[in-house]
Amino acid sequence: MSVAPADVAKIASLARIKVTQAEIEAMVPELNGILAWVDQLGEVDVTGVEPMTAVIPNQLRLRADVVGADPLTGGNVRDAVLANAPAAEHGFFGVPKVIE
Amino acid sequence: MSELTDLGIAAIRDGVAKGDFTATEVAQAFNAAVAEANPALNAFIVTTPDHALAAAQRVDAARAAGQPLGKLAGVPIGMKDLFATKGVQTTAASHILEGFVPPYESTVSQRLWDAGAGMLGKLNLDQFAMGSSNETSAFGNVISPWRAAGDNAGRAPGGSSGGSSAAVAARIAAAATGTDTGGSIRQPAAFTGISGIKPTYGRCSRWGIVAFASSLDQAGPMARDVTDCAIMLEAMAGFDAKDSTSLDLPVPAWSAQLSDDLKGLKVGIPREYRIDGLNADVAKSWDDGIAWLKDAGAQVVDISLPHTRYALPTYYIIAPAEASSNLARYDGVRYGLRDLPEGAGLQDMYAATRAAGFGSEVKRRIMIGTYVLSAGFYDAYYTQAQKVRTLIARDFEEAFRQVDVILTPTAPSAAFVLGQKSDDPLEMYLNDVFSVPASLAGLPAMSVPAGLDRQGLPLGLHLIGRPFDEQGVLNAGLAIERRAAFTARPEKWW
Repeated sequence: MSVAPADVAKIASLARIKVTQAEIEAMVPELNGILAWVDQLGEVDVTGVEPMTAVIPNQLRLRADVVGADPLTGGNVRDAVLANAPAAEHGFFGVPKVIE
Repeated sequence: MSELTDLGIAAIRDGVAKGDFTATEVAQAFNAAVAEANPALNAFIVTTPDHALAAAQRVDAARAAGQPLGKLAGVPIGMKDLFATKGVQTTAASHILEGFVPPYESTVSQRLWDAGAGMLGKLNLDQFAMGSSNETSAFGNVISPWRAAGDNAGRAPGGSSGGSSAAVAARIAAAATGTDTGGSIRQPAAFTGISGIKPTYGRCSRWGIVAFASSLDQAGPMARDVTDCAIMLEAMAGFDAKDSTSLDLPVPAWSAQLSDDLKGLKVGIPREYRIDGLNADVAKSWDDGIAWLKDAGAQVVDISLPHTRYALPTYYIIAPAEASSNLARYDGVRYGLRDLPEGAGLQDMYAATRAAGFGSEVKRRIMIGTYVLSAGFYDAYYTQAQKVRTLIARDFEEAFRQVDVILTPTAPSAAFVLGQKSDDPLEMYLNDVFSVPASLAGLPAMSVPAGLDRQGLPLGLHLIGRPFDEQGVLNAGLAIERRAAFTARPEKWW
């Protein structure tokens, strides 16, 4: 499969990456080169093969249902959570106006 | 004091414990070596001499008070800038995280500090660990301390853990942390004549490590030799409830059980790794490795891993797919860069922030990942790749019915000149042709120095083991190390 400039613009939009027309033109042959190369996987017979879900068998655990069991990740650390925010306002993350 | 920087983990720890020198003297020597070398090598994004000194002073005080010392007491190390370090900028070598100061410490780095290590600084890497030459960093290339004979061109230290490999090879860090998604510990170790091990997936907690491809990412040590790797891995590994894929298993005493007596061991040589046009020096070092393992008592067996040629294309679907999902968190809202054009709405802010904050290789992989996960293409690419991944893992399972450990070259060539491969993404991806299959199967694997090629540049040999059998990998590595007797080191030009 291969991509055209319109496909690249669509992918960039899905990925939320702003691209110029010149960048799109440059990406088309690069992405097509990579896609043509990975297309060879199509020749592998995978009849009856399950897709891998866990590389090393492991059981998913549940943590104890206790509020604040881990002092670091358990909550009540608002200021630490906001410390690296580009725009923290009134104890919240600030963003451009979303609702008119 | 400059000779203190010639020492590795075991020698520093034992010397400090015996009182031959103090941890403070060691930290001062390494801090000075970093300050002198870093302008030329660019191995560290930030240096933290105070962290190294404070850790050393705590060790010296503990020793004076007669308290027990940790596994890494007094050892100054470099920390790949992919590990969150409390109060110290953590960037993943990206512009989008420039200035990010974590309010928490990664599990692996915390374990290392608890073992008595100190931090010399945060090591440069390929941006978000995506690269094989350290050329995708937003903070400039790392220059390998190694140069080819009669050629002063700057060479790649490998990647993504290129700052780690350069710092250990240049003797400006006693050891360093690395992370490995498709070869990012092993290939840089091979390029710089040092040792590095990626343990079984789940041995080291991923908590606090900037995520690239979560089903593949593993942390591991990069050090002067196999023994130092074993000691450091013991300190890094262990169960962590904060990582859902962490293995709830005891950490073996790998360093205490090291042995290069391989009698009764079967070593597999996979025929599919003899790729067309294999570099003659690499092929010779592989033959040397076979001879050394036989000399150590091992029996060598030809094996087949039939799906080897599909490993790289599988990886370049799965890793970008996971990356596109993981890197969705960089949106300019909660941390890191925000680019808010005049009058922009929320969606425009996301797109502008990510355009300004990610480098071209990172964007390329996010785009590939987004594409293969998008409606209409998911089954053809992503599901197919996960099925082929099952077959690749099954190849190893079959092979490990016949053999105990597998020997291959680490990389298809020695270190190349910076800029030589950076224009062609596919050519760069081929660097990981030997390291990626073990990553896809979650297996422990390590690189050890094997010798120099005809240009005078290091080559590495690669050992792959059964799940959880780091000991088998380390022991075979030790057998090679003792027989290769690799003592070459880069001539100081910095």
